Amino acid sequence: MTTNGDDAVKVVPVRHAGQWVGAGFALIFIAMLVHTLFSKVPTGSVICHTVNGVRSCRPEVAWRFSWNVVGQYFTTSPVLQGLVRTLELTVLSMVIGIVLGVVIAVMRLSTNRLLSSTAWSYTWFFRGTPVFVQLFFWLYIALLYPTFSIGLPFFHFIPFTHIAFWHFDANSVFTPFSAAVVALGLNEAAYMSEIARSGLIAVDEGQIEAATSLGMTHGQTLRLVVLPQAMRVIIPPTGNEVISMLKTSSLASAIGVTELIGTATNIYSANYKIMPLLIVASLWYLIVTTILSVGQFYLERHFSKGALRTPPPTPIQRLTRDARGILMKFRTRRGVPANSVAS
Amino acid sequence: MVEARGVYKSYAGVEVLKGVNLTVVRGEVTCLIGPSGSGKSTLLRCINHLEKHDAGELRVDGHLVGYEARDGKLYELNDKQICAERSQIGMVFQRFNLFQHLTVLDNITIGQVKVKGVSPEVANVKARELLARVGLDGKEKHYPSQLSGGQQQRVAIARALAMEPKLMLFDEPTSALDPELVGEVLDVMKDLARSGMTMIVVTHEMNFAREVANTVYFLDGGVIEESGDPRVVLTEPSSERLKSFLSKVL
Ligand SMILES: Nc1ncnc2c1ncn2[C@@H]1O[C@H](COP(=O)(O)OP(=O)(O)OP(=O)(O)O)[C@@H](O)[C@H]1O
Ligand SMILES: [Mg+2]
Repeated sequence: MTTNGDDAVKVVPVRHAGQWVGAGFALIFIAMLVHTLFSKVPTGSVICHTVNGVRSCRPEVAWRFSWNVVGQYFTTSPVLQGLVRTLELTVLSMVIGIVLGVVIAVMRLSTNRLLSSTAWSYTWFFRGTPVFVQLFFWLYIALLYPTFSIGLPFFHFIPFTHIAFWHFDANSVFTPFSAAVVALGLNEAAYMSEIARSGLIAVDEGQIEAATSLGMTHGQTLRLVVLPQAMRVIIPPTGNEVISMLKTSSLASAIGVTELIGTATNIYSANYKIMPLLIVASLWYLIVTTILSVGQFYLERHFSKGALRTPPPTPIQRLTRDARGILMKFRTRRGVPANSVAS
Repeated sequence: MVEARGVYKSYAGVEVLKGVNLTVVRGEVTCLIGPSGSGKSTLLRCINHLEKHDAGELRVDGHLVGYEARDGKLYELNDKQICAERSQIGMVFQRFNLFQHLTVLDNITIGQVKVKGVSPEVANVKARELLARVGLDGKEKHYPSQLSGGQQQRVAIARALAMEPKLMLFDEPTSALDPELVGEVLDVMKDLARSGMTMIVVTHEMNFAREVANTVYFLDGGVIEESGDPRVVLTEPSSERLKSFLSKVL
């Protein structure tokens, strides 16, 4: 492919008529959407002015989506505190979910039948009952167990032998927030265990054999060889779980946690500005989701080390490449051969 | 170095090894040949305890594999002791099995550092030496997926050698390679044989066996059918089975 000056072969790209029609419809739809988002509607009241003794009146208008109210509340401290609460819930319950999920996945894959069926039952139970119920269950756990104590199992059945190392009052430990963390975390572990399991079984058995033949113990093989490779499979769906947890954590508002939605509810039940506050909350969810998606991209890239001969470009690399591509197109149109711009 | 006396092994009731007898002398190369499914891999895996044999006596360097004899009784080894035993036996696999998430250098150092407790600096020096020895200096930072099959297998050999094993097991090390890459791996193995390493090699490369092996064992149906000097066994086989096997592979 040598293109030198005037001898350059002109390439005419194929035009796709269907794409143009589709793009046209999409453009119209987007225009309508933007228009309605930023439209104004009459509020029902009338504004009157008296200028030079002449009184003129016109109907008052306001943003259909009350953007001014959204703006007023967007960075108020209750909303920001709610946001922090939401992030705390998400992070803590995901940590519990991931750690416990990996443990359950390893148990599930164990050759010990008791371990694997225990793991199976865990997943069965927590996936089979609504999170909503689990939230209330942990909030009201004190109804079943007023106090918890940590000691030797079953010894309390034998008189005088029960020694508790530590015990606590369920009501004081299971506040709405901690009940939500426990409920969301344990529930998440059930889903994470399935994700972790699929990652673990995706690792070639030969890797385990090689590690074993070097003299590594089971634990070392798992930690140094299997888990790092399983990560490549585990990370993408885990990213989705984090994003989904961000929003699922709003269920905690039902048991009285003042996270984003809880805060919004509290505010709009006092002033009836329902839509603006739901928009405030939703915008925050969108912002955090966007940030998480970017983080997920870099994490995936990191753990794909070795699996791909050339790692995928970062968004910035892609942008510069696209920009250079477009630049090249323009230059070529003006008669400059493509390869004089490349490099 | 390795002594097998009547070794039996079965999977789910199917006998794969039916009383294997074999002797490997220190510093010698032993080739194991035989048709597919005859139990060659199984025998190697028993020798480094990746599998547990069911009956018979299997000794490596005088020690019973997986057991300790004390006061006339056999005590099963615990996991830690088994790992220590395995770390002294190097194994090279048909499909290389390099750790995909680690660079070439890390593949070679990980065993030294994590199993033998060697310091990373010392392990690095040794790894570079070994890479040079298998003709791959300069590839330290590559990932296995960026290497050809022959290069990967040479890294795998270096990884096993890094543990300073007293015995090396090769399970069809060249079977997964393109013909033009077989030579580079065999050259490394010949070099290793010349340096006095005790090796057991499962192979279909009859020329290699003839040239390098001190002894050849022909395994068929879970028993050693024939064994001896390769020049005799491979040119004038006495059993019908080895005759027909050789006529197929040669
Ligand atoms: N984990 C296992 N479970 C059940 N059967 C097995 C297992 N591993 C091996 N076998 C069986 O044992 C027999 C011997 O297998 P082995 O891998 O030792 O043969 P091989 O001589 O190495 O053959 P090849 O040349 O194809 O590698 C085969 O019939 C195989 O199906
Ligand atoms: Mg085999």
